[in-house]
Amino acid sequence: MVYAFLIHTLRAPQAQDMGLCRVLYSCVFGAENSPDDPRPHGAERDRLLRKEQILAVARQVESMCRLQQQASGRTPMDLQPQSSDEPVPLHEAPVGAFRLAAGDPFQEVRTVVWLGVLSLGFALVLDAHENLLLAEGTLRLLVRLLLDHLRLLTPSANLLLRADRIEGILARFLPHGQLLFLNDQFVQGLEKEFSAAWPR
Amino acid sequence: MNLGVVLSENRRIQDEELQKFCSRVVKLLQKEELGPDAVDALQRLFLIVSATKYKRKLEKTCVDLLQTTLCAPKCPEQLQLLCTAILRERSPSDDLNLSCDHVQNSRQLSLVASVLLAQGDKKEEVRSVGQRAFRVLESRQPEGPSLRHLLPVVSKVTHLAPHTLHEDQTNLLSKRLVDWLRYASVQQGVPHTSGGFFSAPRARQPGPVTEVDGAVATDFFTVLSTGQHFTEDQWLNVQAFSMLRAWLLHSSPRGPSSPDTDDKSELEGSTLSVLSATSTASHLLPPQERLREKAFEYCQRLIEQSTRRALRKGDSDLQKACLVEAVLLLDVLCRQDPSFLYRTLSCLKALHARLCGDPARVRALLPIAQFFLNHGEAAAVDSEAILQHLFTRIPCELFHSPMLAFEFVCFCRDSLPVFGRNLDILRRSFPNLFKLLAWNSPALTSEFVALLPSLVDSATAVEMLHTLLDLPCLTAALDLQLRNPSCLEASRDPQFQGLLQHLLRATASGTTERLAPLHQLLQPLASLTRVVQCAEAVPTLLQAFFSAVTQFADGALSNQLALLLLERSDSLYQVPQYEAHVHRVLSSQFLVLCARHPSLVVELAKELLEFVGSVSSVHSREAMLTAVVWAVGEYLSVSWDRRCTVEQINRFFEVLEALLFEVTQSRPSATLPKCPPRVITVLMTTLTKLASRSQDLIPRVSLFLSKMRSLAQNPAPSSDRCGEDAGAVCTRAAELLTLLKMPSVAQFVLTPSAEVSEPRYHRDTNTALPLALRTVSRLVEKEAGLLLG
Repeated sequence: MVYAFLIHTLRAPQAQDMGLCRVLYSCVFGAENSPDDPRPHGAERDRLLRKEQILAVARQVESMCRLQQQASGRTPMDLQPQSSDEPVPLHEAPVGAFRLAAGDPFQEVRTVVWLGVLSLGFALVLDAHENLLLAEGTLRLLVRLLLDHLRLLTPSANLLLRADRIEGILARFLPHGQLLFLNDQFVQGLEKEFSAAWPR
Repeated sequence: MNLGVVLSENRRIQDEELQKFCSRVVKLLQKEELGPDAVDALQRLFLIVSATKYKRKLEKTCVDLLQTTLCAPKCPEQLQLLCTAILRERSPSDDLNLSCDHVQNSRQLSLVASVLLAQGDKKEEVRSVGQRAFRVLESRQPEGPSLRHLLPVVSKVTHLAPHTLHEDQTNLLSKRLVDWLRYASVQQGVPHTSGGFFSAPRARQPGPVTEVDGAVATDFFTVLSTGQHFTEDQWLNVQAFSMLRAWLLHSSPRGPSSPDTDDKSELEGSTLSVLSATSTASHLLPPQERLREKAFEYCQRLIEQSTRRALRKGDSDLQKACLVEAVLLLDVLCRQDPSFLYRTLSCLKALHARLCGDPARVRALLPIAQFFLNHGEAAAVDSEAILQHLFTRIPCELFHSPMLAFEFVCFCRDSLPVFGRNLDILRRSFPNLFKLLAWNSPALTSEFVALLPSLVDSATAVEMLHTLLDLPCLTAALDLQLRNPSCLEASRDPQFQGLLQHLLRATASGTTERLAPLHQLLQPLASLTRVVQCAEAVPTLLQAFFSAVTQFADGALSNQLALLLLERSDSLYQVPQYEAHVHRVLSSQFLVLCARHPSLVVELAKELLEFVGSVSSVHSREAMLTAVVWAVGEYLSVSWDRRCTVEQINRFFEVLEALLFEVTQSRPSATLPKCPPRVITVLMTTLTKLASRSQDLIPRVSLFLSKMRSLAQNPAPSSDRCGEDAGAVCTRAAELLTLLKMPSVAQFVLTPSAEVSEPRYHRDTNTALPLALRTVSRLVEKEAGLLLG
């Protein structure tokens, strides 16, 4: 199952700007067991820890994506289609995976599958021993849906204020972090249902 | 960036302003009609709450209202999702007052669950969600769209806290799963007139479902069955399969993956398996076993369905994922009930043969190999052929696919406990594995650091060290091969061909080749980003290699490795900064080798002599030279190896003295920078140590040291020796001279015997060093020439 899904900024590999990697959206499905903490502010501390864990993942994804792009001599902006009507060629987007050891930053061993499009990074944090082919396919599907339904070709602050759509997509295509074996027709049907419930 | 600004703004909203905003939200949510204003406000509230990692205080009324809105049955989905998201974003939270105890509606339960499950289970939220979910499951409601929302919750709860379910609950779900998996409708669904997606199965049937290649479905419905519209039970089929593997693992009564029978050896022969090949009338089986039987049938159906040529790319990708899942499931089934083994083996062997010829499906070979590693012993099947094919073919052809490379290396790591006799295949394939590493170094370095200890043994250590040092060159060669696949044949130079072939070999050859000509030929590629990334990873890998090797290396192997370090230190692929970083690691590892096998210095005296005799080493291999000189000073003595002779000590002395003379007399120039003071001091110290062991040399070295001291105090105008460096040299020369005035003390201090490291040595007042030193200083002060011992 998926432990978390996140969207974050990706700075261009050649960029010299010292800005920060920012998490734009994250959703944690369930929680790791909190260590026994008798102190009164345990809950706040747990939340703080969780946000920082997600940020750590985002930074590592950004780094991996940048290194991969530099090594292959491409930039994420290569993916910009000629006109805004064309779909983004997602099959050419950089994609990768890496493992996170226990304790660094999550309690348990986890795997991250990521995909970079334009200046956005998308990542699934998985439990160990997941079906990576399915995870990769699901991530591509989510990204395609998000790009289409949130018009992410020109990322702007709109993304931050459309959490309801992101939630709507996740509720249908990754409910509670469950990876689903959806064939094409199923995807089409669910997408039609989503479009009907959420007119653009 | 725009996004950054917006996030910061929302982070900096003051508490007062936030409270005002909360009041507005409360007002909007209390209206009869919840319109777009409410949506906008909630979207903004979500952003404020999620933009910061610190907790934002929200008014209790606001939080309570969010909770009620979430549970309100007529509330539009958009608002419900936003309320859920806000409450979930604030989790874990002490001011949450949400409970699932009276929830009847499965959709509502799903929303409440996503908030409760994010609390961290301090108040047993997982258990209560699970119990409520099963209550809803058990209640006799018509199979409407409701169950669709329930299964993912059940799946999550099972995953988080499997022990919270009772046996009758697991039996119940297992029974339902059997129905959904095996007996879903094979007729397509009817489109709802209201435009919705799902329809009741009993409505007018527009035709049967199809396979992914367009043919009419030949057997029961699975995730690879398609149609224009789907029925509710078909949707449940998809969900049931999606959660099946986790359910089987976590709902097994004796723990996640323990077999039902304790004694596997009973099933080694095929007699018992043949009995179970004829499946028992399955409706007589208990629920868990019946589920396994149906799961088995589902897997076989998927494997058959994956042979079809899908019309759509999405379906083709799904076929691959289904293949992997089917094999993983079969693995679980055989672990839980070995009687499945007989039927599974023939099926998987056939599948493996089919996939070998299909490059698009290569990732499915990994779980198959895993299966044979897990079960090969029990089934008396030789997994060697499968592993050979996997390790010798796949990495050569597909090293450039980041996902495959990652999965391949994870497979190696995760399967280490079950390789058994086949570990040899893994070890001998290290050249191929290193191709994955060379191409994808950022993602795979940490995996290889964990894998190296299991890959290296005394037979492959030397060859592997060469390969590690040549890793960036391998990256360059792979790049060349990728851009120009015929470069191997096209080149007319047989030497180049031979060396390239060696570099790109698939398995350990047992030989080593000097690749220096290849380094030169591939020099233009040394500045490629991918090559540079690989070069940056090598020092870490070298450290891991040596940590592993020093655990088992005996004297002979240590000698071989030490020589290798010396030889390779000036024969590296010239990637910017690579040599400097590698030298640092090699020099410190050389010392580690010497520390573990001090006789190394005596045994390799001839080679070490040659090494320190060349002046060029001073500038091109400073770190190595310093380490070797230091090691000579430390370990070239009878106390470490009885075979050490006075002749050897004298010989080294002469060579080192000549070297020190050369480097201090020669003028620094553009091509030969001035000699680093560290080299000078270590040479002086080593010379002194050697002299303390062969005391005829003491006058010579004292003379030399005096000269060094005066040189350092009065640097020639042409030399640009700076004050600090000169001071260090001067101080060290003075210290050494003082020591040499008392030769036996010098010997004691500079060539301590092994007992010196024992604490007893220092507590025993008769032998303690402080006593000796006190005596010496008193004597030196009185300028008596008394010799001790």
